[in-house]
Amino acid sequence: MNAARSRITLPFLIFVTPVLMWLFLLIVLPHIDLLLMSFRIEDDAGAMVWSLVNYLNFFDEPVYWRTFTRTAVYAILTTMITFSVSLPVAFYITKVVSPRFSGFLSLLLLMPFWVSELVRVYGWMILLRESGVINHFLLRAGLLQRPVEMLYNDITMVMGLVYTSMLFMVVPLISVLESLDDSLIEAAYDLGGNVFSIVTRIIIPHAMPGIVSGGIVVFMLTLGNYLTPNLIGGKNSLWFTEQIYNQFIASFNWNQGAAFGFLLLILSSAMVWIGLKLTRQKLSQVVQ
Amino acid sequence: MALDLSVEKVSKSFGDFTAVNEVSFAVEQGRFFSILGPSGCGKTTLLRMIAGFIEPTGGRILIRGSDMANLPPNRRPVNLIFQHLALFPMMNVAQNIAFGLQRRREKKPDIDRKVADILERVGLPKFGNKNIGQLSGGQKQRVAIARCLVLDPAVLLLDEPLGALDLKLREQMKVELKKLQAQVGTTFIYITHDQSEALVMSDHVAVMNKGRFEQVDTPRMLYAHPKTPFVARFVGDNNAWNGIVADQRDNLCTIKTADGQTFSAGAEPDLKPGATVSFFIRPEAIIIAPESGLDDFNRLTVTIKSILFDGANSRLLATPTDGDAELMIALPQNRQYDHLAAGDRVDIGWSARSASCFRVP
Ligand SMILES: Nc1ncnc2c1ncn2[C@@H]1O[C@H](COP(=O)(O)OP(=O)(O)OP(=O)(O)O)[C@@H](O)[C@H]1O
Ligand SMILES: [Mg+2]
Repeated sequence: MNAARSRITLPFLIFVTPVLMWLFLLIVLPHIDLLLMSFRIEDDAGAMVWSLVNYLNFFDEPVYWRTFTRTAVYAILTTMITFSVSLPVAFYITKVVSPRFSGFLSLLLLMPFWVSELVRVYGWMILLRESGVINHFLLRAGLLQRPVEMLYNDITMVMGLVYTSMLFMVVPLISVLESLDDSLIEAAYDLGGNVFSIVTRIIIPHAMPGIVSGGIVVFMLTLGNYLTPNLIGGKNSLWFTEQIYNQFIASFNWNQGAAFGFLLLILSSAMVWIGLKLTRQKLSQVVQ
Repeated sequence: MALDLSVEKVSKSFGDFTAVNEVSFAVEQGRFFSILGPSGCGKTTLLRMIAGFIEPTGGRILIRGSDMANLPPNRRPVNLIFQHLALFPMMNVAQNIAFGLQRRREKKPDIDRKVADILERVGLPKFGNKNIGQLSGGQKQRVAIARCLVLDPAVLLLDEPLGALDLKLREQMKVELKKLQAQVGTTFIYITHDQSEALVMSDHVAVMNKGRFEQVDTPRMLYAHPKTPFVARFVGDNNAWNGIVADQRDNLCTIKTADGQTFSAGAEPDLKPGATVSFFIRPEAIIIAPESGLDDFNRLTVTIKSILFDGANSRLLATPTDGDAELMIALPQNRQYDHLAAGDRVDIGWSARSASCFRVP
């Protein structure tokens, strides 16, 4: 092991250089630039000077941090709903159906992801809008007198976010549940367990690494999602990514936008860290 | 005595394959009952029907007199010890044992007391805080048993629980399990494909083959008086011959074998001359250099092919001088035959009544 590590050979260098270059040029360099940018403002004379104002604005202006809190709360809610929907799905695929069929079902889960998120969101809009498919059928069936607007509210938005994130929760759950010995579930059942105690005492503790890694991915993706909240979310409340977009594009204040971007990164990392601490999981175990 | 378990004509088919075929038996309270059979004969299927994981396609299962039909495993007064134990790795020893008690909503002090008691009983005091991964094979075994016994089940079902242990530990656990059962007095239904486990531990043994029970008897009777050729072959070692009945009198028949030898063997009176039979003689029933003048005695001269030394269980492998069968002969333990070597010729013989004889269809 040590001998291998100390031998940096030519093939190794050839292999590793493009990777390092890619990491450095496309990820590290722009971020350094953005980081520097976030600490600069234009003074009265129009010159750029160093300042923390961009960051302080976030805390001084209630609309910013309220938007962030709202975004974070909805992201947590979405993560929890995604988990409660995905666990039965993953359990069904791994433990209930025959192995031949479970591969097919996993493929079925993947299918919606063959089209881009934009197309999927427009699909939802076609179904749900006032003149959409669902309203049309409900009117025909006489269940509604007048069409209802089902888009542009928070419930629909959360549904859309759950749908978009489900795959990222189901896949890690399938992989942890596959390693769960069926006889543990049977033993718990034999010892008097019911569905609730088997899920809470056996399945969830066993699946914890998968739950946490799926949870982190879903939480981060939801927090950073732009399309779904923007297109089907409520008009009167904002998603934090829209604030960043507004700063960059609408106000053309790149320095403020960069500061918000870094705040999003730092705050979401902090929340993930707290989540890991609360569930007593180690990042290295979760990621493997 | 009260019956803890009675199984009445229970069957289970998977498609057109019948895994368990009209099996009936009853077990009295406090007995150690074993089901012995080769791999794939339907033992696990039968046990899982009693535990409630599989619904029988026919027949009834009664536990302490009440019909178990349509009752799920968590509501049956039986517990199952799984082939690979199925201890919960996410809990420590005490939590594993407390799991069932908590499901019954017992009070915390009661649970703690019962867990400590049962750990003491299975010889693992102060092991409560250990993780499952820290235990040895034999200790895991005992935790699995404690986890079920703490619930005080009417019947404890064990599915080859010693299968995963090494030989030495298996011998030791065999004795311990028997002692534990006698001490707690719970009815045990024990599945195994190892005949020595079944014979050593059980009050009664059922020999199972292809989904049916061939014979249910005490270990002693099973060994001494097998009722079917399968039992004679499967329980203990046996020398087997095929032949045709030439004569029958006084429950003794004369049998002619294909290689032209004649023996007499004890038989049921309904074996008429001309019937094809197999007959079996145990290695330890064969006497080396028998004295002359015995009644109803078969005599034979054999050539020793090899000596299989195995301590107290040493054998001779020999072929009759005028025949091609191979015979297994137990060597007495008094070192009287230490001079025997491969290639020697010796006279052997056995009493006709110690051979068992069955009609083959
Ligand atoms: N779910 C099932 N579907 C179809 N066949 C099954 C099923 N379960 C068991 N069998 C068949 O039933 C027969 C008996 O199986 P069982 O598991 O009861 O055997 P066993 O006696 O416990 O064997 P072993 O000693 O190997 O554990 C086997 O031939 C098996 O292939
Ligand atoms: Mg089995």
